[in-house]
Amino acid sequence: MRFEIEIRVTPREGIVDPEGQTIGQALGNLGYSGVHHVKAGRLVRFELDADDADEARSSVDRMCEELIANPVIERYEVEIGSPETASP
Amino acid sequence: MKIGIVRFPGSNCDQDCYRAVDEGIGAEAVYLWHKSHDVEGCRAILLPGGFSYGDHLRAGAIARFSPIMREVIAFARDGGPVLGICNGFQILCEAGLLPGALVRNDSLRFRSHPVRVRVERTDTPFTSKYDDGDLLRMPIAHGEGQYVADQRVIDALEGERRVIFRYVDELGQPTEGANPNGSVRNIAGICDERRRVVGLMPHPERVVSKLLGTDGLGVFQSLIESLQATGSTAKQAEEAGDGPGTEAAEAAEASAP
Repeated sequence: MRFEIEIRVTPREGIVDPEGQTIGQALGNLGYSGVHHVKAGRLVRFELDADDADEARSSVDRMCEELIANPVIERYEVEIGSPETASP
Repeated sequence: MKIGIVRFPGSNCDQDCYRAVDEGIGAEAVYLWHKSHDVEGCRAILLPGGFSYGDHLRAGAIARFSPIMREVIAFARDGGPVLGICNGFQILCEAGLLPGALVRNDSLRFRSHPVRVRVERTDTPFTSKYDDGDLLRMPIAHGEGQYVADQRVIDALEGERRVIFRYVDELGQPTEGANPNGSVRNIAGICDERRRVVGLMPHPERVVSKLLGTDGLGVFQSLIESLQATGSTAKQAEEAGDGPGTEAAEAAEASAP
């Protein structure tokens, strides 16, 4: 089965996020008030062949820990699409 | 006594490192290609600055998985001296040989100018020729040099005296104004638990000549002195070497005057 994988990587709580801060500041300068705690991150999307969703999940977790995110400074969220909705 | 300088695609301080070793201290320098599976009997390894693999994903993240890094990690685990400068420091952190990480400068700007750093510890193979508290002037050139780590790691680094260089002002004080990138506690360089692996953001290899200053020369002189003094790294060289006989050759070399 082929699964659509989407990984969102963001700075961990307590780790400075100068990019997010700058976006927040710029939004304020543009007159958008009430914007708080802007976080900027990275989106990684791919398709993955796996026997089932569990296998896909554990495989993607390993990828994230090893390469896609740096657990020292980043956290990640994984979204796995159902295989039916995945493109062939 | 060979000193290896790793070349990744995107390394751009490899030639400076080569010259610092070759002309700076008159030792034998060799380049180690990133695809190589062999440290070629080198007694110490330098990871130079640059933008290895285009800094894709995170600085140092891809370089860390190159074939030569597998060998460098084994070399370091055996106690071989390894120095990571700038991008090399980032790679050492990504590889887990040094704790913490280097993130975007707090200014969000690429900073390229001389800074002053204070030598905090002289008990490493790369700082033994300095005196504690020496103030050095070295250039920095990085966009991602802000050293971060969680509080537990920072406490361990300070407690075990593993902060090797700190950004300071002209009076030698680690002030906020002297910190070019927002690094926690003005940290410019650290070492591992065994004090054999050192990483720093400033560039000592760029200040090894009369024209540009010589404050960085001590890093390379320290290394040579430490290699000559111990001779113990012959064991790593033998293990990293490609056959029997290397041990005897290295031992003979190490005991030579």
